[in-house]
Amino acid sequence: MRSVFKIGVPMVAAALALSACGGTSGGDNNAGGSGSGGKACDLKIGFFGALTGDAANLGINIKNGAELAVNQYNEKNANCKVTLTSFDSQGDPAIAPGLAQKAVTDKKLIGIVGPAFSGESKAADPIFDSAGLNTISASATNPALADNGWKTFHRVLGNDATQGPAAAKYIKDVLKAQKVFVSDDTSEYGKGLSDIVKKDLGSLVAGTDQTAADGKQDDFSATVTKAKASGATVFFYGGYYSNAGKLVKQLKDGGFTGTFVAADGVKDDGFIKGAGAASEGSILTCPCLPPDKAPEFAEAYKKAYNTDPATYSAEAYDAANVFLDAIAAGKTDWKDVTEFIKTYDKQGVTKKIKFDDKGEPAEVSVWAYKVQDGKIVPDQEIK
Amino acid sequence: MDFSLLFSHFPELTITGLAYGAIYALIALGYTLVYGVLRLINFAHSEVFMYGAFAAVWVLMALGGGKASGLGIAGYLLIAFLSAMTVSALIALLLERVAYRPLRKRNSPPLIALISAIGASFALSEAMGLRDKPFKWFGQENAFQDYVGRPREASPFPLKIDVVRLFSIGNYQVSNIDLIVLGAAIVMMIVLDQFVNRSRLGRGIRAVAQDPEAAALMGVNRDRVIRLTFVLGGAMAGAAAVMYLLKVGQVRYNSGFLLGVKAFTAAVLGGIGNLRGALLGGFILGVAENYGQAVFGGEWRDVVAFTLLVVILLFRPTGLLGESLGKARA
Amino acid sequence: MNQVRSFLGGVADRFRALPRWAKIVFAVALTVFVYLLPIINPPFITTQDSDFGAVLFLCALYALVAIGLNIVIGYAGLLDLGYIGFFAIGAYTVGVLGSQHAKLPLLLCIPLAMVVTLISGVILGAPTLRVRGDYLAIVTLGFGEIVRLILVNADGLTNGSRGISSIPSPPSVELFSIPKLEWNGLVATLNLDNTSTAFKFSVTDSVPYYWLALTFVLIVLFLDWRMQNSRVGRAWEATREDEDAAELMGVPTFRFKLLAFATGAAIGGLSGALFATKQQFINPDNFTILYSVLFVAMVVVGGQGNRWGVIVAAALLTWAPEKFRFLADARFLLFGILLMVLAIFRPQGLIPPRRTVRAKHADEQAPDTIDAEGVARA
Repeated sequence: MRSVFKIGVPMVAAALALSACGGTSGGDNNAGGSGSGGKACDLKIGFFGALTGDAANLGINIKNGAELAVNQYNEKNANCKVTLTSFDSQGDPAIAPGLAQKAVTDKKLIGIVGPAFSGESKAADPIFDSAGLNTISASATNPALADNGWKTFHRVLGNDATQGPAAAKYIKDVLKAQKVFVSDDTSEYGKGLSDIVKKDLGSLVAGTDQTAADGKQDDFSATVTKAKASGATVFFYGGYYSNAGKLVKQLKDGGFTGTFVAADGVKDDGFIKGAGAASEGSILTCPCLPPDKAPEFAEAYKKAYNTDPATYSAEAYDAANVFLDAIAAGKTDWKDVTEFIKTYDKQGVTKKIKFDDKGEPAEVSVWAYKVQDGKIVPDQEIK
Repeated sequence: MDFSLLFSHFPELTITGLAYGAIYALIALGYTLVYGVLRLINFAHSEVFMYGAFAAVWVLMALGGGKASGLGIAGYLLIAFLSAMTVSALIALLLERVAYRPLRKRNSPPLIALISAIGASFALSEAMGLRDKPFKWFGQENAFQDYVGRPREASPFPLKIDVVRLFSIGNYQVSNIDLIVLGAAIVMMIVLDQFVNRSRLGRGIRAVAQDPEAAALMGVNRDRVIRLTFVLGGAMAGAAAVMYLLKVGQVRYNSGFLLGVKAFTAAVLGGIGNLRGALLGGFILGVAENYGQAVFGGEWRDVVAFTLLVVILLFRPTGLLGESLGKARA
Repeated sequence: MNQVRSFLGGVADRFRALPRWAKIVFAVALTVFVYLLPIINPPFITTQDSDFGAVLFLCALYALVAIGLNIVIGYAGLLDLGYIGFFAIGAYTVGVLGSQHAKLPLLLCIPLAMVVTLISGVILGAPTLRVRGDYLAIVTLGFGEIVRLILVNADGLTNGSRGISSIPSPPSVELFSIPKLEWNGLVATLNLDNTSTAFKFSVTDSVPYYWLALTFVLIVLFLDWRMQNSRVGRAWEATREDEDAAELMGVPTFRFKLLAFATGAAIGGLSGALFATKQQFINPDNFTILYSVLFVAMVVVGGQGNRWGVIVAAALLTWAPEKFRFLADARFLLFGILLMVLAIFRPQGLIPPRRTVRAKHADEQAPDTIDAEGVARA
């Protein structure tokens, strides 16, 4: 060790002395290089979200969707490939800022698909905003996120404030329920939704209860008792599919005969797989177009990952494609990308992708889906 | 606060609470057995449970349990119990061999065993969450898609049991699943209780729990007794795993953690180291959670459970029945 | 392993043998080096995927947590599995008073956070510290969960799972900018574009927050050292080793246990407050049981009772998952295995307290040499 130090230290010192004067120009080169040429290669798109930890299942869905878009782009542009780099936040707002601070030092990074959840978004988005790196979230649905004045914030899915009223409308107009039991998982997403549904249903709400956060509760027997006692014919659940699968099975086993209604956090094969026959007839709302409007995506996804597209995969595919189109158009400077996204207008897999000035999708149509014969099939658009 | 539901649906809340409490109780037995003999919180016991649940799921899948009907269901259920109990017992043994025995041989401080246990718990649960990797290396993930596809997602219990309402208590109609879960739990508990209290091996367990040195002098093989307690605790966790699958219907790589915390709470509630205490603690916790949720709402369910624990410990600092695996009461 | 142990022991012995002035020079040089770590960006140590300054901030923060928890576990021998509860209370005190319900300046929020956690430590400790040993572990674990659930459910006070944003940052005093080094192999370049300004607390630069946290670590370390070497420290040691004997010798053990618990809680609250101001956004998901478990792992892996050990362990266990990000989702599997391996091969922790080392020597050596050794070391 000692000998290495003897040689190493003077070398380092010399290098320091030499490079101190050249430092500034080196930095300039870097920025100029990425800004110029229309055919800049080895550019990157980032995925920001949980790939490990409790929320990994949703993160992997999102990453797969984005990855599929990047792979399809690379097939067409084999001489100038784009890579997808992952920033695995573990869904943990404590880890997110460090990753975001690192991400914004990389000028080759054109944009971020993410951050996946509302919590990490609140921790990381101020950093992206102040550095100017654009983000398009495929899954963060908290309405307040768009109200922070972040210029780089975008999302490709409707927030809870668009989906909640639609779910309430469906329960009132289509299911014609007189008594509704409303429940949620106390998460930002779930509680936000159920609060809106409760408000819209007003006097139709026959009872309410909350469960623990997703994956943190297994036994729902008291909730089942409450739902039965309320005499409700519809059970609305604001939450994700892991809890929903267990809940709907226990509702059916416990003798609740009404319809189970939930939102896009439950629209996943994992829900049906976990709940089995008990999921039959459940209604799931989603601010996304049915897959038969874009069959190629579902097929390609199935081919690549051996499962049907899962929650938020299609949204991530759309989000990644916005950045890929920006790269194809030669927009590689972050400011140009922001402008590009502002004027973007193209039909995506889940909806027409166009953003308003707050970064929200300009047109959101909410669809109701139904679980039928073990598959999620489109039921109707909720207008 | 709303007590009306508690009064109007008292039988239902009690029976479903007892059924879930039975699962807590069986897992709590594993904590209590190991604690009684080794004075060690077996933090990784939750993963023993989780592996048992996966074993039951996979064995039934391989044997085509999804298509079973009629009497076949009973047969498959028996297979599920046997496979889960076997695998859980084996995992518990492995845990003892890898994570605890080396520490015991070095006379390590007790807290370090907790760290080893935490490490083992992380490793076991993550290994389950990464189970698709080895198959990917050999390009076999498609062949075993049903077993290793989307490894971080829940795997469903293949056996389909139709719920049949058998008879009613008050205004609750007791279902076959309630009966299977409660019945199986009670059978397991009686067997274990008799084994520890009546058999020669059980006497060895009690002897080591009471005084390891004296037991060794009397010719009890301490290592064998310790292995035995891990096997027994593992088997109970395996049985709990099948009941969990019957009630909840699915299992995930991290399903064990939460249940483990609850079951450990149950063990402490009853008096850790005390077998009947673990049972009592499990049932009380299961019922209390249901009552608490009925009165205060689901968001306060866990708060009720833990507050109950604190209050009981304040008045009975060693749990409801006290620590006494060593004493003949078991 | 034995070689590592004797190497570490050798380094410590040689350090102790140095003259006083050399010790001071060495300590000052080490402190300066640690302060400059995010500027130097040492190759092999710096993190690739996550900002090094941000990682170092978390290292310093968790080191602070570990020092606090070490008082509870290492000195007083109380197994606390709910330490995250105090961390959460500290963070939320800053959140609630600094942003959600009032706009108090941060410099007022931090001492308030410490007072609030101190009080909650006494409130929790007074009834529960009469419970012994492992029972305390489950009670504190329950406490940690209860705190988190209250944060989720007490919507009016804490804003529920939506969390609290725009938490105030410390006042910035811009003095000078320091350019950071960038390494290419063993050759360093000075990047004049990438600077940290002392002391400009902004969302994009974590380094000033690191310096702030590190300063708190040093202050708390000093207080910790004074405390352990006082009557209080000896009372803790006596209580830990044999509570009944201590009580008989006239040590009011309950009061000293409560003191340890409350002191630990206040340090936990301080760390939580620092976390909140750095993060600027907190929600209840930041404070799960898993963190309590990790904190205990830091203290035990480091060597319960040795403040340097727990600092090293806290920094290592925070840094390693960031450094080894390329292992992707296998990281936690390996982390678990690493904990087991450490437990088996280094049961006293990475740097065990001197007392443990002495006890081990005593076990290994013949009785007559122990006396000589014991006297020489005392």
